[in-house]
Amino acid sequence: MANLRPLVIAREFDLARDTLRELNSFLHRRAAVEGVSQIHVKNPDGAHSIACGLNADLDVQIHGHVGYYVAGMNQHASVTVHGNAGPGAAENMMSGRVHVTGFASTAAGASAHGGLLVIDGDASLRCGISLKGADIVVGGGVGSFSAFMAQAGRIVICGDAEDALGDSLYEAVIYVRGKVRSLGADARFEAMTDTDRAAVKSLLAAAGFDHDPAQFQRVASAKSLYHWHADADQEY
Amino acid sequence: MCGIVGLLLKNPALRDRLGALMVPMLVGMTERGPDSAGLAVYTSPVGDERHKLSLYSGANAVEWSQVLQGIAEAFAGDETHDLTPLGNHAVLTSTADPVRLAAWIARHQPDVAVLSVGRSIDLYKDVGAPADIAARYRFETLQGSHLVGHTRMATESAVTPAHAHPFTAGRDFCLVHNGSLSNPHLVRKHLEPLGIEFETDNDTEAACRFFEWRLREGDDLETAVRHGFRELDGFYTFLMGTDRELLIVRDAFACKPAVVAETDDYVAIASEFRSLAHLPDIGAAALFEPKPEEIYSWRI
Repeated sequence: MANLRPLVIAREFDLARDTLRELNSFLHRRAAVEGVSQIHVKNPDGAHSIACGLNADLDVQIHGHVGYYVAGMNQHASVTVHGNAGPGAAENMMSGRVHVTGFASTAAGASAHGGLLVIDGDASLRCGISLKGADIVVGGGVGSFSAFMAQAGRIVICGDAEDALGDSLYEAVIYVRGKVRSLGADARFEAMTDTDRAAVKSLLAAAGFDHDPAQFQRVASAKSLYHWHADADQEY
Repeated sequence: MCGIVGLLLKNPALRDRLGALMVPMLVGMTERGPDSAGLAVYTSPVGDERHKLSLYSGANAVEWSQVLQGIAEAFAGDETHDLTPLGNHAVLTSTADPVRLAAWIARHQPDVAVLSVGRSIDLYKDVGAPADIAARYRFETLQGSHLVGHTRMATESAVTPAHAHPFTAGRDFCLVHNGSLSNPHLVRKHLEPLGIEFETDNDTEAACRFFEWRLREGDDLETAVRHGFRELDGFYTFLMGTDRELLIVRDAFACKPAVVAETDDYVAIASEFRSLAHLPDIGAAALFEPKPEEIYSWRI
């Protein structure tokens, strides 16, 4: 029987030679037209907005560290950073997959609506701030104010969390394996159900981690801030 | 928004390349700070009871030879003076008391500003694009053990050379800042009754004078910074230099970025990795982001 695997046509950009605009323009307008499905990016050297705004089923492999907003607003594409990411990695992602093999700076996955963000190392402060439906799996720990006002989606933290985890959470759910220095306002630990353990198991598998789901705790909203309390102490 | 860069050479063999290694770091931060730039470089200390003063004349026409002559006449006797001019900048080296020298310059050479005083520090700052300022003062030729640099995008006070960073206070101490303080006037109100004078309305100057005051009160730099956690309100990544030390600290919310790269040969600090990417052996460097309210320092 003939080999049914689709043919991978690859293309390489070297940002020491090619401009960022040439790269992003190719990813937006030419890659799908030319049938190129895998794009390698060399010497990213901390450039901003690499592979932002993609809207096609592309496999983008970035070999080195990137700056602000890598793979922001991603749809459909799989973007892998073989290195560290600056602030706002995969911010406002709609679908697809973004994988950072090193650490990610502040506000990773901010406001992301869908897709999966995997960070093998640590994520800095405000990871998953205002999350709107995406899944985030962090292999290391997360900084303070992570999942602040997160509305929907799931965050799996394999390491520790710093201060104010899940402050003012809405319907997003956090699963954390390590220590939590402090919970934010209205966030609380809740019992893990079979559904939670199954969710953690599948997210860990999707992210390539091998932890026992039984080691995770669930953090969700106590929903005490959902309604205005006229009698509450209103001093700020 | 602003850009900060710092470089400390652990390997003394690299010290004649300090400026050459740094210029791409500073120019790499142009988008974060296109309106002004500055640099404090720490050289081998001058001996024989001498001090160095970095002088700056801006757009004023100053005959540096006449400045030196005036100083030689005013501070006669056993004192020796030397002046190395470069355009609107000069480094005065003198055995005279630096406080009296600075006071004499303020009184008799009103077109000349004293940017720094110390035994190791040379200070440069001006308005304009970082690459132009680096070329103007031949930054690529600078030699020394460590440096503190800044590119500025003004947010809270005017674009003038005096408002550019680094700020200095006392001797061999400087500070650069990415961020904005919300209580600089309160800090100033606490310091002015102690006899501490301010040169600008800039928020960073308040922080600089606060830390230098703490150092004079006997704090080491780390203790001074811990006092700053209580006194200074606002957003900051501060990078500070003394003749022996480079220190970085970020506020509790870590709103302003910073990346550190460390190898056996150097410690390099920048607001973003793109200012570090050109450094030798960067691929083998240990990279990390300073955590909020954690103090990181390195000594030569």
